[in-house]
Amino acid sequence: MMFEAKVTVRLKKGISDPEGVNTLKALRLLGFENVKNAQTTRMFNLMIDGKDKKTVQKDVEQMCQRLLTNPVVHVYEIEISEQK
Amino acid sequence: MKTKDINVAILRIEGTNCEQESYDAFKRLGANPEFVHLKQLLHIDCDKNEIRDLSQYQCLMVPGGFSAGDYIRAGAIFAARIKSKLQTPLKNFVEQEYPVLGICNGFQVLTELGLLPGIDTIISPIPDACLNINDSNRYECRPTLLKHENKGKCVFTKNLKKNEIRLIPSAHAEGKLMFPLEKQNEYLKKLENNDQIVFRYVDPDGNYAGYPWNPNGSMSNIAGICNHIGNVFGMMPHPERSFYRYQHPDWTQTGLSPSEGDGQAIFTSVVDYISKRF
Repeated sequence: MMFEAKVTVRLKKGISDPEGVNTLKALRLLGFENVKNAQTTRMFNLMIDGKDKKTVQKDVEQMCQRLLTNPVVHVYEIEISEQK
Repeated sequence: MKTKDINVAILRIEGTNCEQESYDAFKRLGANPEFVHLKQLLHIDCDKNEIRDLSQYQCLMVPGGFSAGDYIRAGAIFAARIKSKLQTPLKNFVEQEYPVLGICNGFQVLTELGLLPGIDTIISPIPDACLNINDSNRYECRPTLLKHENKGKCVFTKNLKKNEIRLIPSAHAEGKLMFPLEKQNEYLKKLENNDQIVFRYVDPDGNYAGYPWNPNGSMSNIAGICNHIGNVFGMMPHPERSFYRYQHPDWTQTGLSPSEGDGQAIFTSVVDYISKRF
């Protein structure tokens, strides 16, 4: 069965996000003064051939731990959907 | 062993770009460096005569650059490829006390690999530290002043005196050393107690002064650390770029001999260590 895993990687609370801060600054310079906060996130879309949702979830957790994030600074969310 | 017999692997993949200076640093001291593509150690896509093993070398160096385009995170892909097959040979290499050096992107690779900070393990399964985006959100490229703070554990700085200040250029966008927020102080204390802090960024008077003297906002102004044994060492600035005095921006004013630059001691120290130890 094919599954699509959407992995969103964010910086942990309390970790500085210079890219977000600079984006906020630039948006305000462009006149978007109503923007109150900007945070950067990264998203990976993975197509996975797997037995069932639970196994795929477990695999993706491993992928996050071993490559997609650095647990020192990142948190992640995984969303898995079956592809028809 | 004799200096000329010291085999140094200068490890590279696509995007490595400081291998020539790194190679030259060891060559100029009379050692025997070799450019080794990671595929040669993984034994994939290479001819029989190109196949290499880590056990053929007495020193491993991961040079600077932008390996694999800095995709995902700086050093993450290079580290993942090393881990795929070389985790055990690498662990053995470090356990046998052969030295491993990571400069700039190489430091990021060693951190992502779990070899650094290496407080009580040789290699941790998931990273214990991170070299995050500079606080300035910019690529910071200029000479930086480093205070040598190691008391003698690090095999790469044995030829430097404690508290000596050296001018070594930095050039990176992700050099902010971080530990898990909730354990920051605990890690720092352990690193200090274990004598694992090697260099800190300082101002010309030798004070910790933050930005711009510390180009990245690194915790406690740390520029370089070693593992608990002292044979794995990573630093963000580039000692291979200040091998000779004439590579310094101010050398004509200093009146010092052009022969030895501030970064040279890193390489002489490790070459001396290997010749005495093995």
